[in-house]
Amino acid sequence: MSTDKSKKPPLSPVRREQNRREFIRSGVLVGGTLIAALAGFVPIAGGGTHRLRPPGALKDAQLSERDFLSACIKCGQCVQVCPVEAIKLADLADGYGVGVPYIEARAQACDFSCDGLQCVLACPTGALTHSLNYPSQTRMGFARVARPDTCLAVLGKGFKGQARGADFRGELRFDEVDRWNPIPVADHPYDLELCDLCVRQCPIEIRIAQCEDGKPPSGDQNQCPPRHAIRLQPVGDGKAMLPIIEDGCVGCGVCEMICPVEETVIVIDLDKTADTLSA
Amino acid sequence: MNYFIESIAQMLGRTPAKPLQEELKVEVRQIYEEKRKHKLTKEELRALEEAHERTRRRHKWRNRRWATLIIVNLLFVVSYYLDVQLVEGALTASRVVGFHMADLNSALQVMLAYKHVVLNLLIGTVTVFLLWVLLGGRTFCSWVCPYHFVAEFAEKLHVKLADKKWIKPVTFHRGVRSVFYVIFALLAVVTGYTVFETISPTGILSRALIYGPGLALAWVAVLLLFEIFVSKRAWCRYVCPIGLTYGLVGSISPVRVKYNVVNCHHEGDCRKVCEVPHVLDTTIRMRARDVDVPIGADCTRCGLCVDICPTDSLNFEFVGSKKLG
Repeated sequence: MSTDKSKKPPLSPVRREQNRREFIRSGVLVGGTLIAALAGFVPIAGGGTHRLRPPGALKDAQLSERDFLSACIKCGQCVQVCPVEAIKLADLADGYGVGVPYIEARAQACDFSCDGLQCVLACPTGALTHSLNYPSQTRMGFARVARPDTCLAVLGKGFKGQARGADFRGELRFDEVDRWNPIPVADHPYDLELCDLCVRQCPIEIRIAQCEDGKPPSGDQNQCPPRHAIRLQPVGDGKAMLPIIEDGCVGCGVCEMICPVEETVIVIDLDKTADTLSA
Repeated sequence: MNYFIESIAQMLGRTPAKPLQEELKVEVRQIYEEKRKHKLTKEELRALEEAHERTRRRHKWRNRRWATLIIVNLLFVVSYYLDVQLVEGALTASRVVGFHMADLNSALQVMLAYKHVVLNLLIGTVTVFLLWVLLGGRTFCSWVCPYHFVAEFAEKLHVKLADKKWIKPVTFHRGVRSVFYVIFALLAVVTGYTVFETISPTGILSRALIYGPGLALAWVAVLLLFEIFVSKRAWCRYVCPIGLTYGLVGSISPVRVKYNVVNCHHEGDCRKVCEVPHVLDTTIRMRARDVDVPIGADCTRCGLCVDICPTDSLNFEFVGSKKLG
């Protein structure tokens, strides 16, 4: 295309003015679109972890989820494979986290009923790190007894009925009911002398025999020694007990989901994990 | 090679230049000469148009395209709804019967922002790259992208309003899309976030279809309103880096639209329906350099021009084989 510039007729003043205006308009278009795009930075500006994420979500030592947000391709394959449908995708208000998966533990926690960390396997970009093999290696957050004064165990009370009422939609896997399929929590009523739901349903199980041999699975010391990541410890003289969170807690949120008290006694903190506690 | 470079330059924003007389092939000059001798009247043109069978099935390619677009997007929805794991994920990344697929632009953004590439993503990206090389590059835009689909209706409204002179259409410099491309790439590298994904209506719509609607659809509505009342097809024409990525892929694709100058009456109906009319610059009188001219990389292969052409002068071709369709 050998169009010699010198042969082109000079632009008319009208045409030149049109070009000038088009150039300015185009600049405004770029500016406007970029402001819209960069507004996505506002909700995440503070760093840290903003929501409970699926197992394996990338986090650095300061628990910033920056890498997770950049690596996530926002396809929702993790959403599709989760057997309890714990994973949701964030909306526009989350800025650069739009389309990124999160878990609302109180409504539906991750109970690891897929066993194999299906979301991690499904993730095409490694935003949910592929270096994770067992639920116990997950570091989603860390449970905290936020309202001990309302805890049924602390009050020495038992619990009878459906943990979260008849209308609760959440599901859990109950080994004694069906090892392979989660069922609605509402279909599994309890009758307990002393409420220990958080301990009872904690999905982080420690292999006692293996631990006694000094051979925790995959050499992960976090799997030893407690049986669950929560235990009850006696307080006072009566039958009152206080839930104690063990170092094996991964922050999956099942305790937060199953707690029958409104509002929940146990919550998941996002600003710490088992690793940052021990560090 | 000249064609290749010019096609990419035009996609990046260069305005097609009118060729000089001596740049036209001798045969083409003769054809134009003949046409000048036998100028048709308006009535004759209309008679020709009506006689042509295409006028009776004017939506052949559009219907095929819409059917494909709807089926592809529904496959995602239905597969998830019925939990049959046929197509998992969304348009940004998916697994089709287990095989990884990743949208080239989304994958690029993630690679630039995250600065690591896991094998699955690489596999998905290469698969999709080869797929769209075969299928025509920007074919993605018109045959798959859900935003393209809704934007077509916005365009119809826009044209109606403009015809009634209720609005004054605004244009921008086409090169601005290349500027956006560079900016979004740089932003991904510098900020470490996939900035473009936040405002990409393709991703937003695809996820809304599969996982349910959300607030993000408001952004898509803003874009559509802008296209209806201000600037025709503004997102696809001036902003979207997905289009440019697939355009680059399409520049080496064997699937494209081909223009033949012989029967063309140069009325310009094709340019009116085209999302990227600069690729059809060659259909203007005295602008075709050869008897057959392949249409440039920016063409979305939507087939609207093929449908509307009353003289069969525009056709799909698969380079090395006969015309398609």
